[in-house]
Order: sequence, then structure tokens, then C-alpha cells
Amino acid sequence: MSAITERRVFTERLGRMFGRDVTGLLGLLVLTVVVFGLTTPQFLSLGNFDSIGFQLPDLGLLTLAMLAPIMGNGINLAIIATANLSGLTLAWILNINGGPQAGVLAFVVGVVAALAVGGASGAAMGVVIAYFGAHPILASLAMMIFLKGLGEYLTRGGDISGFPAFLGEIGHGVVLGIPVPMLLFAVAAIVWHVLLARTRHGFSVAMIGSNPRASEYSGIAVKRSLTLVYALSGVMCALAGILMLTEFNSVRVGHGEALLLVTVLACFLGGVDPNGGFGRVAPVFVSLLILQTLSSGLNLLGANQHLSTAVWGLFLIAVMVFRYLAPTLRALFEIVRRPPPAALAPTRDSKR
Amino acid sequence: MRDYLRTHAGEARLFVVLAALTLYLGFASPTFLSAGNLASLLNNNAVNVIWAVGLLVVLIAGGIDISFAVGASVAQYLTALALHAVGGGNWLCGLLFAGAFGIAIGCINAALIAGFRVISIVITIATFNALFGLLMFTTSGKSIYDLPDWWTDRIAVASLGAGGALTLPVAGMVAAMAATWFLISRTTTGRQIYAFGDNPEGARRAGVATVKIQFIAYGWLGLMAGIGGLMQVNLAQEVVPNALIGRELDVLAAVVLGGARLGGGRGSVFGCFLGVTLVAVVQNGLNLLGVSPYAFKMLIGLTILAAISLSNFDMGALLAGGSRRHGHVGNH
Repeated sequence: MSAITERRVFTERLGRMFGRDVTGLLGLLVLTVVVFGLTTPQFLSLGNFDSIGFQLPDLGLLTLAMLAPIMGNGINLAIIATANLSGLTLAWILNINGGPQAGVLAFVVGVVAALAVGGASGAAMGVVIAYFGAHPILASLAMMIFLKGLGEYLTRGGDISGFPAFLGEIGHGVVLGIPVPMLLFAVAAIVWHVLLARTRHGFSVAMIGSNPRASEYSGIAVKRSLTLVYALSGVMCALAGILMLTEFNSVRVGHGEALLLVTVLACFLGGVDPNGGFGRVAPVFVSLLILQTLSSGLNLLGANQHLSTAVWGLFLIAVMVFRYLAPTLRALFEIVRRPPPAALAPTRDSKR
Repeated sequence: MRDYLRTHAGEARLFVVLAALTLYLGFASPTFLSAGNLASLLNNNAVNVIWAVGLLVVLIAGGIDISFAVGASVAQYLTALALHAVGGGNWLCGLLFAGAFGIAIGCINAALIAGFRVISIVITIATFNALFGLLMFTTSGKSIYDLPDWWTDRIAVASLGAGGALTLPVAGMVAAMAATWFLISRTTTGRQIYAFGDNPEGARRAGVATVKIQFIAYGWLGLMAGIGGLMQVNLAQEVVPNALIGRELDVLAAVVLGGARLGGGRGSVFGCFLGVTLVAVVQNGLNLLGVSPYAFKMLIGLTILAAISLSNFDMGALLAGGSRRHGHVGNH
């Protein structure tokens, strides 16, 4: 008996520390790691974790960019287009400053310009959504078509490459044994967490996501906050675009388009409420780790990227079904463990 | 007429824009109003309209479906395999197969959405990934070119004049529009779909079988996806597993442009047709005016952005605090 209470105390403490959603997902992560570790010997090798460390950040940054608008009961379908256009901006500035001979100053200017382009695209979308009252799906869809078209128009559909060698240090570098992109993503995730969970703006966004009208009546600057959240989302896209440029040493419109719906998938897997208002960075971070682990595990087993895509989709369905059934299962579990009188209590009221 | 204008202000406004654009292009480019150009416009956009009216039903019911273009690809591929297995078949056979596969995929979505009370965008993004991944994995991305002759032969159903033959997909489009119009405007089920989309809880309390409505809506879109896929093969003469990916977002944009509301309860077949046509005419017009093809997408995106900004601006959203926006993707 004491073992059970002890275990309960332990899980409750874990739950308090990370939140119940995170512990559940961490369990899933451990499960996938163990399953792949037992079935494929190379899975637990350092090389594999290294490759995860280089593959995860692109998807991760884009997922952060998707997370914030979803919290505000919106969505940003233009994230890939924004990232690519920002990457193009940086590429353009590097190229007019000598291409491979471009200096650090040109890079810094280019990064600032890229972030500005990302922020401006996001802000424009935010204005259409917040001030004109357009639906986020439609506004961001139109913005995606526009930005992608703009990129196609500027590049004529080709790719731009030929960048200074020091960019490789960012895209492929390692500091203290950790891939630089991973470090960048970790910092971005922490900043995003603080922004969403600890600042006034994050609070406003969550409130707007829960109930926009009540927020308006409570004195929250709904329109300004919404515009800002899309602008910040655009800046995060730009960061992803810059990182992708340094990793692939080229920029092309349409690059990474397959990631668009995967970012939404990662958010929902991470327990973000599709109706807005609720969502945290930590569980989304863990869900990204799960998706990437599944993908590289399957890859080592000899499956291709398409099978991973299918498994991601099926996995999301399974998690949604489990979340639906969880209260029932928990109630059943209680019935089995307790004497009969408690059996009268099982309800689904605990379901949000 | 005045009543129609009042209840369908969005459609009326879109129609005026489209008419003005047509008039302008008619003067600016001698070929725009030629039989050949109009016929090719209709032929090339028939499949989009078929999908659009299917998606319309789901949007009216308060849902959204991202997976239908992938569903159409899967239905196409399975139909090609099934026809091969039965030794060729004919149009009836093809319609039955494509329709059945499409409906099956739609019902999977409906079962997950209604059965586990998951919001539709989550489920359809999941099924999008699952179906696309499985399709590409099992087919290794291989296209099918060896198709029955009846499927790939061009069939002219009507003529607009010299060089302007309308082909079978246009007939499919007209049939799909008529059937969808009948479903949503002339049947009890149709009224229930509107009611459910507008207020799911209210409809349930009024005795609407909500699960049945969702199966009908997603099943209908599945049917349209299957038929659209069948028609698309008639145009393209081949089955390419990843050819239709990405079309879902274009169709969605066109349908919403046509006045359907994300969040449910509003939308019309005519508006759908106008939305798809407007995008098609803009692209066609740019082409005829000699604008660089690389600029097409950019200008189409701008057109849609301008259209949604203007249409919402007129609604007085600025004064009303943008509250219209908050119906949202569906809350069931």
C-alpha cells in the first residue's frame, strides 16, 4: 500500500513540476525510445541523437511560430512562405555584398532585414485578421499564396546559393557537444515560453483565445495583441528561414512546404487547444521530440519519410482517441481499485 | 430579387466584381471572350468546382476538411487498380468505384470527428498525413499511365462555338452543382446541415441527428472528391499520386471567398462557383494581358487578400470589434 501512495506522491510531484500533459508525453517519448532502442541497435548511438539534433530545430522553430497564433484561437498557414521569403531577403543581401566573400557585417544586416521582413509579413496578416475581421485561416492562406507568389516572382522559381563559408558554422556547428541549431531552438523555445506564460502579452493572447469578447470588455487591447502575435509569429518564421539557409546553403521558394501541416500536428499532439486559450511550450517541445524520434527510428528500420508521415498522422489520431477515452479509463481503473460505493462516482466531468 | 440581394450580399458583390472583371478583360484582350478561351477556362476549373461544392457542405455543417485532395488521390489510385482488376470496366463502373472509395474516406473522417468529438481540423490534418504517407509509401510514388481508353478519351458534351468544346468534366461539374444545390436547399437534411452548422447544440436539442449529419456532410465531400478525382484523370490522362496535393488550400480559399463561412451555417453553391471562377478568371486574364506567369500567384494572393479585407470591411467589422471572426473552425 505504501508503495502505491509513494508512487502517487512521486507522479503528483512530477505532474506539478512539469504539468500532467508533459508527464504523459514524456512517458510516450520514453516508450518510443525504448521500443526503437530494443529493435534497432544503432538507434541509441550518438550519431543518431546528433542527426535528431540537426533535424529537429527547423520543424521546432516553425512549430513555435504556429503555436502562438493557435493560442489566440487563430492559425498561421503562411509560416513556410514567410520563412522562405525571409531566407530570400538574407540571401539577397549576402549576394549583393559579394556572395561567398560577404562579411559578417553583411550577414548581420541580412539577418536584421530578414527578421524585419518576417515581422512585417506577420503584422500585415495580423492587421487583416484583427482590424478587418477576416478569418485567420483565410487571411493566412491568402498571405501564403501572396508571399509564395512574391518569392516565385523574385527568384523565377530557381534557388539561390553561394554564401560565405562561416554560415556553415551555424548550420552544422557544434558547441559543447550540442548542435548549434539545437541550441538556437532551445533558446527560442525558452523565450517563447516566457513570452506566452510569463508576460502580459502572452496572458492577453490566451485570454483572447478563450473568449475574445470577454477580453475586449475586460480592457485587453484585443486588436493590438492579435496583430502583435502574428508579427511575432512572422519573426519566428524568419528565424527558421535563416536557419534553413545556413543548413542547406541555399534558398528556394517552396522549400519545406511539407512541414506546414506537421507543425499543426505537433501543436495538437502537445495538447494545445484547437479552440485557443490553452497551450504551453514544454509539452509541444516534448511532442516534437516524439515526432522526430518516431521519424528517425523508422528511418533506421529502413522505412522512408512517407511512412513516417503516415505514422505521424496515425499517432495523432491515436493520441486524440486516447485523450477522449482517458477519463472513462481512469474511472474504470478507480472502480476496479476501490470498494463498490466509489463506483457510483465515475463521471466525465474531469474532461475539459 | 431584392430579398436575394439582402440575404446573399456576399455573392452579389462577388458577382459584380466578376462581371466588371469580365467586361474589362473582354475589351482589353480580344481572345478572352472567345469560345476557345471560355471553354478551356470551364474545362480546367470543373474539377475545382466539383471539390468546392463538396467542401461547401462540410463548411456549412461547421466543419473543415484539409484531407479531401489527398482523399481524391487515394480514390483515383484505388479506382485505377480496381478497374484493372475487373478488366477495364466503363464509366458507370468508374463512377461507382471512385464514389465508393471517396465516401469511405469521408466516412472515416466523420467517424473520428463525431465518434471521438475531436475538432475537424485536427482529424483531417491527421488523416491528410496518414493517407498521403500511406499512399506514397505503398505506391512508391509511381504514376499509372496504363488506363482504360474510355477513361482518358476526351468526350465533348457541348459546344460554345468554333473551337470551344466543353468536355465531360464540365458535365460532371454541372451535375455536382445541381445535386449539391438540391441537397442543401431542397431537402430536410439540407436544412438540418445548416442548422447544425449554425448551432450544433441547438440543432441537437431540436432533434437533429447530429452524428448522421456529420456522416452525410463528410460523406458528400468524399463522394465529390472521388468524382472530381475521376474527372481529373479524364483531363490529365494519368494517375499521379502526389499531383493533387496542395489543391485543397486553393479550393478552400475559393469557397470561403464565395461566401461560405468558416464556422458554419452559411454558404451557397452559386457563391462557390463564383469564388472558383473569380480566381480562375484573374489568372486567365493575367495570362492574356501578357503578365509574367511568375507573378500570377502573387497577384492572386493579393486579390484574395483585398477581397476578404473589403468584404469584411463592408460588414462593419471595424465598428463591431471584429466579433464576426470568432465563430471559428467549429466547436464540436
